[in-house]
Amino acid sequence: MELIFEKSASGRKGFQLPKSDVDIQADIPAAYIRKTECLLPEVSELDVVRHFTQLSKLNFSVDGNFYPLGSCTMKYNPKFTEQAAAIKGFADLHPLLPQLDNSLVQGALEVLYHMDRLLSEITGMDDFTMQPLAGAHGELTGVMIIAAYHRLKGNKKTHIIIPDSAHGTNPASAAIAGYEIVTIPTDDKGALDFQKLKGLVNTQTAGLMLTCPDTLGLFNPDIDKITELIHAVDGLVYYDGANLNALLGRARPGDLGFDVIHVNLHKTFATPHGGGGPGAGPVGVKRKLSHLLPISRVVKNADNTYALNYNYPDSIGYVASFYGNFGVILKAYAYILMLGKEGLRNVSDHAVLNASYMMAKLKDYYQIAYDRRCMHECVFSAMRQEAQGVHAVDIAKFLIDKGMHPPTIYFPLIVKEAIMIEPTETESKESMDQFIAAMIEAAQLAEKDPKSFKQYPKTMPITRPDEVKAAKEIHCNFFAKR
Amino acid sequence: MGNEEEYMYTKEHEWVCFEDNVAIVGIAEYAQSALGDITFVELPDVGEDVEQFERLASVESVKAASDIFAPISGKVLEINKKLDAAPELINKSCYDKGWIAKIEPSDLDEKGNLMNAEEYQQFLEGLDT
Repeated sequence: MELIFEKSASGRKGFQLPKSDVDIQADIPAAYIRKTECLLPEVSELDVVRHFTQLSKLNFSVDGNFYPLGSCTMKYNPKFTEQAAAIKGFADLHPLLPQLDNSLVQGALEVLYHMDRLLSEITGMDDFTMQPLAGAHGELTGVMIIAAYHRLKGNKKTHIIIPDSAHGTNPASAAIAGYEIVTIPTDDKGALDFQKLKGLVNTQTAGLMLTCPDTLGLFNPDIDKITELIHAVDGLVYYDGANLNALLGRARPGDLGFDVIHVNLHKTFATPHGGGGPGAGPVGVKRKLSHLLPISRVVKNADNTYALNYNYPDSIGYVASFYGNFGVILKAYAYILMLGKEGLRNVSDHAVLNASYMMAKLKDYYQIAYDRRCMHECVFSAMRQEAQGVHAVDIAKFLIDKGMHPPTIYFPLIVKEAIMIEPTETESKESMDQFIAAMIEAAQLAEKDPKSFKQYPKTMPITRPDEVKAAKEIHCNFFAKR
Repeated sequence: MGNEEEYMYTKEHEWVCFEDNVAIVGIAEYAQSALGDITFVELPDVGEDVEQFERLASVESVKAASDIFAPISGKVLEINKKLDAAPELINKSCYDKGWIAKIEPSDLDEKGNLMNAEEYQQFLEGLDT
């Protein structure tokens, strides 16, 4: 497909500006006046529409295809939330308006305040900040709150403990916040090794970061013992909310002993995810940490009006401009209100049921990483297929030709040839059955004709890119062919 | 470089061979194969002091990023600069042209913490069961 710059023709345009009735150049200093033509594509409106419509057709999205990307919760985003975000009174708000006059933004402040209350109730925490703009941003905010807690108490803490099955962003966030990372291995049942953890926890332990259920899709039955152990040395326990979809309405991280949590609104609460985003990663804390949350915070006055409060001297400060990705928060707010308590519980029930169905249907064809009851996602290993020379990546490419997005592969890192499937609650039995049939076909083909796998995908504009070359020689110049 | 049979190995699949009291370090076939196509190698600095089993370098492949640990403590004498432009040398020749660093060992007794080729082979066989 051509770049839009390659479709450019000199002098072509899709707009008409009225003639200016003032001398617009008069006040512009010479240094700021462009001396060369500005490199923009010159195209008609129809060129633009066709270009981007064609691009969007190439996009593989949850609106078009089954998308069981494990650990990413790529659930369908219901369209009513878009309507909520498009309400003019919200969509046209200027972010500086609250600084000018609070009375002009009462509705928006009320949304932020109530979202704080709703997320607190859902997760068992006491207070939330809506500011972090993504999950990893939430993690960093959370670890900075942990660091501020220890600093204010004069605690000498040096490290944070993280399981080897964790998302890579966990150690990255902890390291940026100034901690050393201590890795805890996974035991043979797929859980954090509790005996090893006991040996690693000491007075220098600032905290533990956990995904629960973990990245293998398994619930840790020792979770209360784990949080107790960390609290005994005045450490704090961080809940990575990536897998909250498995617990909604059934268990609350706050009740399990977690002190800090981030929630991925773009996963659990059905706002757009991936390249489409933007995301939002609100962070919740227990009361003892509330004074450390970023500013500003929305408060409710005695007369039931809402205001922004900046007066928290212990706060870790600003983590983002303004008040977070407001439109995203609004969509998630609409989603929570529409589903209600029973609806949210249905979400996790069906997410777990669907993943369990996948696991039961595929376990005769693929090795299971850890043969325990799974939660909202299940992890297989393609080691049986690898013995025939067919790797997880080959199976993934095969599925693309079947019109399905591949599951996550090669994560968690501790599972060889990992294939991690998360169907989410929004998939019907019929679409899951199609996926199961394709996976079984792949397993059978791996036995019969393993060499044939290298040709997939056959139906895509790009088949097998040279990944090493793509990583080493990046060309991002739009003008290269001009 | 010498004979792989004389190399020593770590549980993290690094190898080391000794030539005139200089330790040459790389990653073993098992690690190379598990990582898949390597796209980038972050090498240590020459002159850097490293500790046995602590981080020496890191590699990124199309699948993952992983740390490489020093099989022996000492000072980094030389690094394989060719890996900057051609990280795939590790995939193509992990025991020879894909070497990562040369270290001046500070304590040769640490060899006792490593496996010889035969022990490493047994270790590998234990992994896949």
